[in-house]
Order: sequence, then structure tokens, then C-alpha cells
Amino acid sequence: MADDLVNVQIDGTWHQFPKGTRMIEACRQAGVEVPHYCYHPKLSSPGNCRMCLVEMGMPPRPKPGEELTRDEDGRLPIQWMPRPVIACANTVSENLGIRTESALTKSCREGVMELLLINHPLDCPICDQAGECRLQEFSVEHGTGGSRFREDKVKKPKNVDIGPRVRLDDERCIMCSRCIRFTAEVADDPVLGFTERGSHTTLAVHPGRRLENNYSLNTVDICPVGALTSTDFRFQMRVWFLKEIESICTGCGRGCNTEVSSREGSILRQTPRENNEVNSTWMCDRGRLDFHYVNSEARLTQPLLKGSEGHRAVSWKIAVKTLADNLAGFESSKIAIIASARLTNEDLYLVRRLAQQLGVKELDVIARLGEDDGYLVAADRNPNSRGAALVLGLDSEPGSRVCGIRRDIESGKIAALLAIGEDLTSPEAGFSPALLSQLEFLGQIHHTANSTADAAAVVLPGATSFEKSGSMVNVTGRLQRLAPVVPLPGEAREDWVILRDLLQALDGGNGAGSSDEVFSLLAQEVSAFEGRTLAGISPLGEVLLETGETVPLLEREKERIAKGEIVG
Amino acid sequence: MSLSVPADIEKEIDERITHYPVSRRSAVLPVLHILQRHFRFLSEDAVSWTAAKLGLEPIQVLEVVTFYPGFRQEAPGKVHIRVCRTLSCAMAGSYELLDNLCQAAGIDASRMGHHHPFAVSKDGRFSIEFVECLASCGSAPVCLVEDELHERVSPETAPDLLARYS
Repeated sequence: MADDLVNVQIDGTWHQFPKGTRMIEACRQAGVEVPHYCYHPKLSSPGNCRMCLVEMGMPPRPKPGEELTRDEDGRLPIQWMPRPVIACANTVSENLGIRTESALTKSCREGVMELLLINHPLDCPICDQAGECRLQEFSVEHGTGGSRFREDKVKKPKNVDIGPRVRLDDERCIMCSRCIRFTAEVADDPVLGFTERGSHTTLAVHPGRRLENNYSLNTVDICPVGALTSTDFRFQMRVWFLKEIESICTGCGRGCNTEVSSREGSILRQTPRENNEVNSTWMCDRGRLDFHYVNSEARLTQPLLKGSEGHRAVSWKIAVKTLADNLAGFESSKIAIIASARLTNEDLYLVRRLAQQLGVKELDVIARLGEDDGYLVAADRNPNSRGAALVLGLDSEPGSRVCGIRRDIESGKIAALLAIGEDLTSPEAGFSPALLSQLEFLGQIHHTANSTADAAAVVLPGATSFEKSGSMVNVTGRLQRLAPVVPLPGEAREDWVILRDLLQALDGGNGAGSSDEVFSLLAQEVSAFEGRTLAGISPLGEVLLETGETVPLLEREKERIAKGEIVG
Repeated sequence: MSLSVPADIEKEIDERITHYPVSRRSAVLPVLHILQRHFRFLSEDAVSWTAAKLGLEPIQVLEVVTFYPGFRQEAPGKVHIRVCRTLSCAMAGSYELLDNLCQAAGIDASRMGHHHPFAVSKDGRFSIEFVECLASCGSAPVCLVEDELHERVSPETAPDLLARYS
């Protein structure tokens, strides 16, 4: 037995855990779930909900001169304590016993449930949390089914506007204080608190303050009941109808791991998925809500060719051939390609092949820089700048050639431009419509209509990051996988499919049949990806580059784990 | 709007804060007491002022203000009367005492409730609050007029009591 391991009996079976493990975590590791509300491994443990009460025992203190007898396995007898203890804030010790299914534990849970439900409204049928509500689940599992409470329930504020993205129903609150601790300990914006502590305890913001920081929606995730709900998601869909798919957020270079929920082809919400190397269990509000553009009316759904009377829809075959013929008609030195660091590695690999095929040297992506917020939002607002630099083989900082390309268009050195996944008239790209009109040929592959598409002779409808499979490399050098969550609208296609078809039209060869195959080709050509496969990337991603970059929020979390403040 | 705290009061507060070198948050209670003593109640501005003074979020001060019934969030009358409602006093007639005091002062007691612990007379001279134990059970019923404790106050003498503070 290693020195730092202790023997613990859980429900009659002996296990070993590192000394200092919280009882609730020990039970979880042993496959026993101890019900809880206030405990959250990433937050401090005030132990205020009392739901995790368990029966605890330890070896009796021997009488003077008495020697405790060990059984054949060397275990001492366990003397059970008459009172229960909370499993969330107590740690395991040698020869400790825990009973999670004893009569005492069960009656504790029944009692706590009955008290929690005294003032809780019976509004599950109209409550957004129904279906993923811990109070509902534990009520079924550990409650009594009835209530002895005959008095009037306490009335509290309902539908409280505490911030732009979060709604509060105080009657549903069970005072676990997770949200208060999150705003104070993780988001450093302690605007939430309990007023009128006692039988009228009310979760509140101060009249002059709002819960409006960029991490506010995490409080909705950790709220075990329907007290805090998302203004964006509330009343949109019953959660049991949602189809949940693991993916990553593409709002910035952090690549927060997500779970995207959709129903009948519409995305309804995005929530963070735990990854302690990327985003812990949190994500920012901006990234979380950045999916509504997928359902936009402005989505491109058909290949378009520009004629004298504006754009008209054509078949894919004609559109791709027109684009290929046009590009092939220019000298390679007259063509530039501007791709996007929002594309996947697979898309970008085919962009690389396209540039090789056409002999194009002027190739870059659009840089998107903001400020690192000191939590999760990375300064690089492109999700795949590192991937773009690697895959496209950019020898300078991504985006640094764009200015030169603009000058070359002005001087007439460049006459044909293909923009993939970027609106060149956006502020980040900085191309004016007047500049674009100087081109002899402009092609655009993008998911949404924009001014570049307006000016383009050929417009091919692509996919958003919610509609494509592939991989990206985040700012810390982690290779992560993207999953298609909803089907493509109309005739739109994944960008890698469009690029493959374009390549085929140019070289007449056979292209890859899946994004997995594209990745394999990429892995053969770009050394950093050598030996890897798309399907082989773990759901939590894998380290591709040793960048030495750290995530401020994760560093603070590690410090708190080291101090024993949180479990982590 | 902001709170205008006289220099001497602020000086007293600043001095009191030095008693809590480890956590300024601990000074919330004494600061609030000083402010309430001066202003007679704690307005929203007083809460914000205290928060700014101690480098806290206003909600962290509001939590304390709303927890203690001793802190008032609304202006009381010129003379604030607290009548004990706990067991000994209740048995000795404090409910009747409360009614009589309210009647004599012209106070509508029905306005009292969880969110409005006391009611003020129309002329603003008196306010009456029904409070928990004033720690003088042996001399029930008792009431506290401002800081003066009155013991064995028989309900009939309510008008006389008010007259002494008129």
C-alpha cells in the first residue's frame, strides 16, 4: 500500500483513495453517487444544502490497555457515529467507513428533500429546468412523494430581470449559493447575494447592479434547479427533446469544449463541456450564444453565378466548373487566395492544395485580434490560427500578407481573388467594395450572404462550424475535433467538399471521400500532424504543439486546488 | 444621488475600520451601526456608500442590512418604539400594548409585515415596531423607546408613555 493511500469502506466494500480525497469524490470514484446541490468541484464547499449527508464510522478508541483486533484483511472494526456528516466537505482517512444507503442516510435525504420542497413551487410543467432538474430527480429518488406542509408557501420575487442574459425565479431557488460562489470566486464579479436570510432568503442583485459579465450564463448551468434560466433558451424547447452533440466553440482561439443541443435541425443552445486543459467547466456568454447566425435568413443555400441581372442560381457542377475555368484562365501570379482561420484544418489543407495546383503564392487568412480577457477569451478571435499557419505553411504571422494583397489589387498586379470563408468587406479584412470592383474576377465560398458575395462572379454556399466535421488547433496548441450538429441548409456543402470538387475540376484527379481522408492526406504532408487520424482525436483533444501558453483561468484553478479550496 | 456623511462621522467610521485589519468586510456591521445612528435608517445610498468605503459590492452590504431586523431600511418616526413580542411579553399583554400604542399614536398597524417591520404615524412623530425578545422577560411586558427600556408597561398606560415623548 502506498503511503498516501488510505483504505475506506463504502457501503461494505473496501477501496483505496489518496489521503485528503473528499468523501463525496471517493464515493463517486467508487461508483456511488451521493446526491448533492451546493457542492461543485470547481467551487468552494460551504456545505449548506445538507443533501450529501451520509453515515460515517471510524475505528473505536480503545480502552486503556485494550488492543483493537484486526480482521483477516487487516481492517479495524468500524464504530458508526450516531449523527450523519456531509460528504462534500469531509475527507477520507484510514479505516473510514461510509454508508450511503443506510436507514439513517435515507431518512436524512427524505428530511432534507421535504424541507427543500416546503417553499418550492410545483411549477415543473412550465419550468425550463424540468428534465434536467436535480430537485426533480432527487425528489423522485430520495423524496417521500408527499408533503406534510399545510401552511402557505413563502412568496418571493418571480421573473426577476437580474441581467441581460439570465432570469431569476426566487421561489424556485433552493439557496445552494453556487451562483453566488461562481460570480465571486471564478468571475470576480460578486454581484449576487442572499438578502433577508432566514425563511425569506432571497437571491438578489443590488438595485444598482446587474449580472452582466461575459460569464453570467455559467450560473444557469450550475443552478441545480430552475431559479436561474437563460433568457436566450428559456421556453424554446423541452430539454428531453434535445439532441446533444460534443463539439468545440469557434468564437475565439480558446476552443472551449461544448455540447451543442439541437432539435429538428435547429441549434437551440450551446453549453460548456468539462475539459481541464482548455476551459474547465466554463465558457463565455459571447461564444455560447454565437450560433444564431446558423439559422439566419441570409444563409446561402444555392450556388450562384453573377450575370447582367444579378446573381442567379445554377447547379453545383456548372458553378464549380465556372470557378475552376475562371481561375485557370489567369496567370498564377495574378491570383490571390484569402482563406479563413475559421476553417478547419481539412478545409485549409485543400486550400493549400488548391494554391499549389494554381501556383498561387499570394495566400493568407484574415487576422482577428482582440484582447485576452484574463479568463477564457483569447486575444486571437480566430479559432484556428495555429492550424492555418501550420497547414497553409504560412511563413509569416497569419494575416500579415493581406495588406500587400490589397495593394496589389489596387496596382492591378492581382486580378483574380478567391475568398474562402471570409467576407472581405468586414472591418477585420478591410477590403472596400470599390477595391473589389477593380478585380477582373472574384470568387467567394461562404455560408452567409455578404458584400463580398454581392460582388463575386461565383458564389458557392459553404458550411458554418456547426455543420462540418474536422479539426482545429487552439491557441495553446491543442488539436480538437469539430462535429456536425445540424444538417446543411438547401444545397450548401461542407467547405472541404467544395474545395475537393474545385480541385477535381482543375486537375481531373480523384479527391478524398471524407474529412477523415483529407486529414490523412494532411497528416502525410504536414509533419506536425504525422501519425494522427481525425477519428483518433480524443473528445478532449490532444496536444499538437508545445506552445508553453497557459490559460489564466485554469492557472487560478490549479492554485485553488493546491490550497485545498476546491476539488477541481 | 449620494450620501453626504459629515466629516466627524466619516472620521469615526475610518477609525473603526482600522479595528479590522485582516478583512475590511468584517467592518460592515460597525460601519452600518454608525451610519444608522446618524441617519436613523440605512438608505440605498448608505448601502452603496458603505460598499464603496470598504471596497465591496453593494449586495455584500445589503445582505447584512436585510439580515438584521435592527437595521432599518426606511425612515422611522422622530421617536421609534420597539415593543417586545416574544413569549413572556406576549403572555403579559404586549399585543394589547402594541394595539394601544398604535391607536394612541395614530398608526395603522396593518401596514406592518415582513417587508415593512414598522409603521410610522401620519405626523411622523412616532414609529412602532413589534420586535423579538428585548432580554427583559422578568419585567414583561417591555418596550424600548429609542434607547430607553420601559418595564412592566401595562397596556392601559400607552397614551401616558407617548405623552412623555411628545
